[in-house]
Amino acid sequence: MRTDDLIKALDADARSRAMPLGSAWWVAAGAAAVIAAAVFWMAIGPRADIATAMHTMRFLAKFVFTAALAVSAFALIRALSTPGASTSRAAAWMIAAPLMVVIAVVLELLSVPAADWGRRLVGSNIVICLTFIPLIGIGPLAVFLAVLRYGAPTRPVLAGTVAGLLAGGLAATFYAAHCFDDSPLFVATWYTIAIAILAALGALGGRLFVRW
Amino acid sequence: MTGNDEAELSRLMRAAIAGDERAYADFLRRTAALVRGFARRKIVQGGVDPEDVVQETLLAIHVKRHTWRQDLAVLPWVYAIARFKLIDAFRRRGRRIEIEIDDIAETLAEPEAETVSERDINRALDRLPPAQRSVVSAISVEGRSISETAAKFGISETAVRVSLHRGLAAIAKRFGAKRFGRE
Repeated sequence: MRTDDLIKALDADARSRAMPLGSAWWVAAGAAAVIAAAVFWMAIGPRADIATAMHTMRFLAKFVFTAALAVSAFALIRALSTPGASTSRAAAWMIAAPLMVVIAVVLELLSVPAADWGRRLVGSNIVICLTFIPLIGIGPLAVFLAVLRYGAPTRPVLAGTVAGLLAGGLAATFYAAHCFDDSPLFVATWYTIAIAILAALGALGGRLFVRW
Repeated sequence: MTGNDEAELSRLMRAAIAGDERAYADFLRRTAALVRGFARRKIVQGGVDPEDVVQETLLAIHVKRHTWRQDLAVLPWVYAIARFKLIDAFRRRGRRIEIEIDDIAETLAEPEAETVSERDINRALDRLPPAQRSVVSAISVEGRSISETAAKFGISETAVRVSLHRGLAAIAKRFGAKRFGRE
């Protein structure tokens, strides 16, 4: 088939329409939030004393970290799925969530006696944290990988990793409402590991499924 | 490459999205010429046929045109897709040589033959279900219109459009699936 012949076929198909990728990402974000919320409410639900917890800095800070991760990953994945789009600014914002966690850890170390560090680091929810953040995030991750397939990421493994971070940020935002361990020492360690599990799954998914 | 190309191509693409089919054909022809130049500059050792890269890139541009935003420059988008497809082509060639160097050593040394039958796209076309293959061939190789094709096969124009769309998507997908390594 000559290239001119191919162009005839493509032109004849010009009227076919697909949803713009930017809109598809918002649909995906909505669907992923619904899935995460459903799994969260069915599996664990919020902690009983959430009304009181709302008045503590440590509890609220968890949502700032996780939401910052989700928002920055969402901006980056949108850029990564569009060929030729600049990713440097969105990539730079990915530092925001880790930076805030580091600052919170330093403040925690300064304000809590060293004898208490170990107890706060280990907390009481490690297994639940490492189970339910990936469990809440796996459905959203599948949705995001599907949108990556629909898009055109020129770096599929990187894009898949960011999809995992996005799913992790979303899942951790829900999970944080359940978890009693509010110390930044716990969050920095176990949330990070749980989110890294999703990021690794996302990288694998990007490699295996995101082809175009 | 130049400001003129950018302005003209983005104007054509906007018109195409608004439903102007002539603008779309124009956009594809000009893009093909740019990508052909790009592929020929990048492929210095031979082994990869630049025209295969041109065709794969055009197909990818077509099935992924919903990823272009009107506020983005169109040339970086085109070249990012072309580069991705070029790297794909190199990877396939690397894999092939690794496996069957003796079989193709001779053909590698010869100048590129531009025969129609050797195109990757023909192999992809051959593997389509018969109904899609005959519709895609009628419109591309035989140059028939949608309505002529509908009359030829005795089916509705909608059925022709659906077969064409699915056939093109399947060919594009086959190109994507042929990748071996990533990143």
